Amino acid sequence: MYAQMVKTAGTGVKSRAEMSAEEARFQDRIDDDQKIEPKDWMPEDYRATLIRQIGQHAHSEIVGQLPEGNWITRAPTLERKAILLAKVQDEAGHGLYLYSAAETLGVSRDELTEMLLDGRMKYSSIFNYPTLNWADIGAVGWLVDGAAIMNQVPLQRTSYGPYSRAMIRICKEESFHQRQGYDIMMKMAQGTDAQKKMAQDALNRFWYPSLMMFGPSDKDSVHSAQSMAWKIKINTNDELRQKFVDQTVPQAEYLGLTVPDEGLCWNAEKGGYDFSQPDWSEFFAVLKGGGPCNRERMNDRIKAWEDGAWVRDGLLAHGRKKQAAKHAAE
Amino acid sequence: MTKDDALFQFLLRMGDNTLILGHRVSEWCGHSPVLEEDIALANTALDMIGQTQLWLGLAGEVEGNGRSADDLAFLRDAWDFRNVLLTELPNGDFGQTLMRQFLFDAFQSVMLNWLQDSSNTRIAEIAEKASKEVSYHLERSGDTVIGLGDGTEESHAKMQAALDYLWPYVGEMFDGDAVDAVLAKEGIAPDPAELRPEFDAIVGAVLAEATLTVPDSPFVHKGGRDGRMHTEHLGHLLTQMQWLQRAYPGATW
Ligand SMILES: [Fe+2]
Ligand SMILES: [Fe+2]
Ligand SMILES: [Fe+2]
Repeated sequence: MYAQMVKTAGTGVKSRAEMSAEEARFQDRIDDDQKIEPKDWMPEDYRATLIRQIGQHAHSEIVGQLPEGNWITRAPTLERKAILLAKVQDEAGHGLYLYSAAETLGVSRDELTEMLLDGRMKYSSIFNYPTLNWADIGAVGWLVDGAAIMNQVPLQRTSYGPYSRAMIRICKEESFHQRQGYDIMMKMAQGTDAQKKMAQDALNRFWYPSLMMFGPSDKDSVHSAQSMAWKIKINTNDELRQKFVDQTVPQAEYLGLTVPDEGLCWNAEKGGYDFSQPDWSEFFAVLKGGGPCNRERMNDRIKAWEDGAWVRDGLLAHGRKKQAAKHAAE
Repeated sequence: MTKDDALFQFLLRMGDNTLILGHRVSEWCGHSPVLEEDIALANTALDMIGQTQLWLGLAGEVEGNGRSADDLAFLRDAWDFRNVLLTELPNGDFGQTLMRQFLFDAFQSVMLNWLQDSSNTRIAEIAEKASKEVSYHLERSGDTVIGLGDGTEESHAKMQAALDYLWPYVGEMFDGDAVDAVLAKEGIAPDPAELRPEFDAIVGAVLAEATLTVPDSPFVHKGGRDGRMHTEHLGHLLTQMQWLQRAYPGATW
C-alpha cells in the first residue's frame, strides 16, 4: 500500500493488565470508535507509528507524481493531457493534506522531507517501476489508484481524527482517478493492434507490483496486531490483496486482457480467486533500493529540493522583510 | 487577406500561446521547489490547456476544413505554429519560469480584458471565461516575482538574470501586422500596440516592488506570431508533444 510495511512501534499488543491507567482509557476510547484528536493524550508508540505511516503515505503521493509526470508532455490528446495534469495535481494535494495531518503529531513537513531524502523514510514500492508506454498511465490509475483505494476506504474510519478526515477527502478523488485510468485502458483495449499490445504490456508489468502494494502477509505479525488494535490498520494485507484481485480480474476480462498469472482460477468454495503470490524477494530488493527506478526517483526529488533552496530562502526572506516593514509602520 | 483568414490566424495565435506555454509549465510536474508550487504550476498548465481547447476548437471551426483542436495541436509542423517566441523558450530555473509566466500573464490579462468586448461573441465568451483564470495566474506570478526579486541577494540576482534574458522577447507580443489590422477594423481584436501602456503599468509596478530593473536595450526577438522564424526549441517541444499522434496515425486515445 502507499503506507507499506510500516514498522509498528512498541512490542505488540499489551494485555489490559499491562496497560497503565492512561493507556487503558485510551484503548477504551478506540474500542468505542471515538476519534483521537491532536491535543488528546496518546501513547508515544501510537504517535510514532502514525508519523511513520502518514509520512510514508504522504511521500508516496509526492514521489507518485513522477511516473505519471513522465507522460504529461507526451499525452496523446489535449483532453488526456488535462485529465493527467489534474490527477497529478490531486496527488500533490493529497501529499499536502497528509503532511498537514502528520504535522498535528509534532513533526514538520521539512523534517519529514529530509527523512525521505536521506533514506530514513520510505515511499510505496510501486513508484519504483517505470511508465513505458501510454497504457501505463491507464494501468496506474486502474491498478495503482485501485489498490490504494482498497486500503484507504477502510482507513476513513481510522482512529486518528486528522488522518481519517484526510482519507475521506482523498478517497473521493482516488475513485475518480481509478475510473479515468480504466477509461484509458478501455480505449486502448478497443483500439488498434498496437494499442492493444500497449495495454497488455502495461498489465503484464504492473500486475505483480500492484499486488506487492499491500505488503507481504502479516496475519501472524504482532506489529500488525498492535496497529489493528489501535485502528490505524483495519484489515490484514492478505484480506485487502484478495479483495483487490477479486475486483480486478473481472475488469481485466471485460477489457479482453490477460492477467499474467497461470495459477489464477476461481475458487467457488472461498468465493474468491486463487492467485499466485508476487516474487517477494523482488519486493524486498525494491524496498532496499534495488528497483528499476529507485535511483532516478530519489535523484529527482533531491534535485528538486536542492535546486529549490534559493527559492524557499528568497520567499522566506521577503516574508520577513514585509513583516518587519509592517512592524515599523505600526 | 479575408476576414476569416485573419480570424483563423488570430485564433491560432491565442491557442498556440496557451498550448506551448502550458506544455512548458507542465514539464515542472513533480520537480518544483515546494509542494505548493507543484500544485500551482500544474493548475496553471491545466488552465492553459483548457483555454487551448477553446481557442483551437474555434480556430478549426473558422477554418472550416474539419480540423479539431487536437488535429491542430498534434498534426501541424513548427512553421504553422503562431505562438510568440516567449512561450516556447525553455523553462530554465524556477525564477526564469516564473518571470516568463508573469510577463505572459500580464500581456494575456490585458488582451483578454479587451477581448471580452470583442464584436465576435464567441471570442468574447472564451475571453470572459479565461480571464478569471488569468487574473489569478497574474496575481500569483506577480507575487512570486516580487517575493524572489525582493528576497535574498541570490534570489534577486537570479530574477534579474531571468528578466535580462526574457525582456527581448516581450516586444513581439505587441508587434501588430496585417492580421491585426483586419480584425481591429472589425472590432474583433485589438491592435496589440494599443495594449502596451497597460502592460507597462502592470509590469512596472511589480518590477519596482521586486527591486528589478528593466534592461535598457531596444533589441526585440520576433518571428513566432507570424511563424516566420521560431526558435530552435519549438521543434524539440513538438517532437515530444506530438509523438504518439505521429507514430500511431488514426488511433483514438
Ligand atoms: Fe493520491
Ligand atoms: Fe495515487
Ligand atoms: Fe490518485
